[in-house]
Amino acid sequence: MSRSLKKGPYIDFNLERKVLQMNDNGKKSVIKTWARASMISPDFVGHTIAVHNGNKFIPVYVTENMVGHKLGEFSPTRNFRGHAGKKNKKK
Amino acid sequence: MARINGIDLPKNKRGEIALTYIYGIGRSSAKKILLQAGVDKDVKVKDWDDDQTTAIRNAISSTYKVEGELRSEVQLNIKRLMDIGCYRGIRHRLGLPVRGQSTKNNARTRKGKKKTVANKKKATK
Repeated sequence: MSRSLKKGPYIDFNLERKVLQMNDNGKKSVIKTWARASMISPDFVGHTIAVHNGNKFIPVYVTENMVGHKLGEFSPTRNFRGHAGKKNKKK
Repeated sequence: MARINGIDLPKNKRGEIALTYIYGIGRSSAKKILLQAGVDKDVKVKDWDDDQTTAIRNAISSTYKVEGELRSEVQLNIKRLMDIGCYRGIRHRLGLPVRGQSTKNNARTRKGKKKTVANKKKATK
């Protein structure tokens, strides 16, 4: 079920604060975050955000098309490498 | 012969049903179109006169995106998901269900026909 419009989008407060700070200073650096549920706001465009996937941080470069999606969508938590024994067959 | 948006409508069906042969129009939008065009929804396609056909054509083109235009829009939406590399895009790329369905069994619509694996271990009792 989608989130109530009344509440507005969920954007992680600390993450937004850091991004806005960087926008003010004109600096750019990678921000590490665990806030996978946070929506990508238009302010994030052009920044690189390292999103935790439970194991490590995946750097996500935010483009305009990503606005409105959530950070977690770009940092997959499962890594399927194929079934056992399939590799030999493909060769 | 009623030809709308490059689709031949079946002659012997009621307008409400016949319009659903167009990609992007279902029962409810068919009803709305006929209402807007002022054509009774129970009149069969072969009994439409030219004025009515034109009215229907206008009603469709003014409010609905159908056929090729709609198909390309859907494809563009999917392409956008794939390009930004989000979870849904990845699932589209892999040809797996996009909306969180289970894939342990079934999911054959997305996965296609069963590929049998030789020498797969059978469950022992």
